[in-house]
Amino acid sequence: MISVYHYLVLSAILFSLGVIGVLTRRNAIVLFMCVELMLNAVNLSFIALSSHLGNMDGQVFVFFIMTVAAAEAAVGLALMIAFYRNRESIDVEDFSLLKW
Amino acid sequence: MDLLQQLFFYLVALVTLVSGFLVIRCKNPINSAISLVMTFFCLAVFYVMLHAPFMAAVQIMVYAGAIMVLIMFVIMLLNLGSEVVGRYRHAVTGALVAGGLLLLQLLILVKQGGVSPTVGTINAQTVEAVGHTELIGFAMFTDFLLPFEIASILLLVAIVGAVVLAKREV
Repeated sequence: MISVYHYLVLSAILFSLGVIGVLTRRNAIVLFMCVELMLNAVNLSFIALSSHLGNMDGQVFVFFIMTVAAAEAAVGLALMIAFYRNRESIDVEDFSLLKW
Repeated sequence: MDLLQQLFFYLVALVTLVSGFLVIRCKNPINSAISLVMTFFCLAVFYVMLHAPFMAAVQIMVYAGAIMVLIMFVIMLLNLGSEVVGRYRHAVTGALVAGGLLLLQLLILVKQGGVSPTVGTINAQTVEAVGHTELIGFAMFTDFLLPFEIASILLLVAIVGAVVLAKREV
C-alpha cells in the first residue's frame, strides 16, 4: 500500500530540486520555473496530507496557492519584460542595481 | 492489484523526478519549460491517485495550460537562446550542498514526525458518492469564503500590476 510518507518524501525531493535550480541557474525565467516546481512540491504534500486526514482544507489551500502562483506569473513575467527592455538581458547577474 | 498500484506509483515518481531534474539541467529555457509541463502532468496523476480528481483537472488547466503558456510565450517573445556561461563552480557546489542539506532535513522531518491517523470524515467512498467538485465547492463557499474573496482581489491587483509594468508608457 502506498502510504502518505511516499508522497511526502517525493515532495521533499522535488522541493530540494527546485531549491538547487534557483541557486544554480542564471536565467531569470528558469529561476521562475524552479519556484513553480517548489510550489508544486508543496501542493503535492498538501493534497497527500488532506487525503490522508480525510479533510478538505488542504485542497482548498492548494486552490489558493494556484491563485497566488497565477498572479505571481503575470506580475513576474511583466517585470522580466520591463527589465529586458532596459538591459537587453534577463541574466540574474545583471540584476545588480540595488547591490551594495 | 496492490503491487500494480505500487509499481505505477514508482514509475510516475521516477518520471516526475527525471523531468524535475531536466527542468534545472536543460541549457535551453524552452526544454526546461517542456520538462516542467511533464512534471505538472505527473503531479496531476498523483492527485488522481489521492482521490482529488478536481485538483488534477485544475492542475492541468491552470498550471500546464495557462501558466506554462504564459511562460513559453515570454521565452519566445524575448527570443532567449541557450545560456552560454554557467555560474561559477563554487556557486554550483554551494547550491548542491545547500540543497542536499535541505533534503536531508526534510527527510529527517518526515521520518521523525509521525502523521496523525485519519481523523476527518472524507474518504474515497465519500468522494465518489458526493463528488469531489461539490466537496471542494462546499468547503470554499462556507469556511473559506473570505479568503476566496481576497483571492479575487489579489487577481485583480495582479492584472492591473501586469498591465502597468509591461506597458511602455503609463
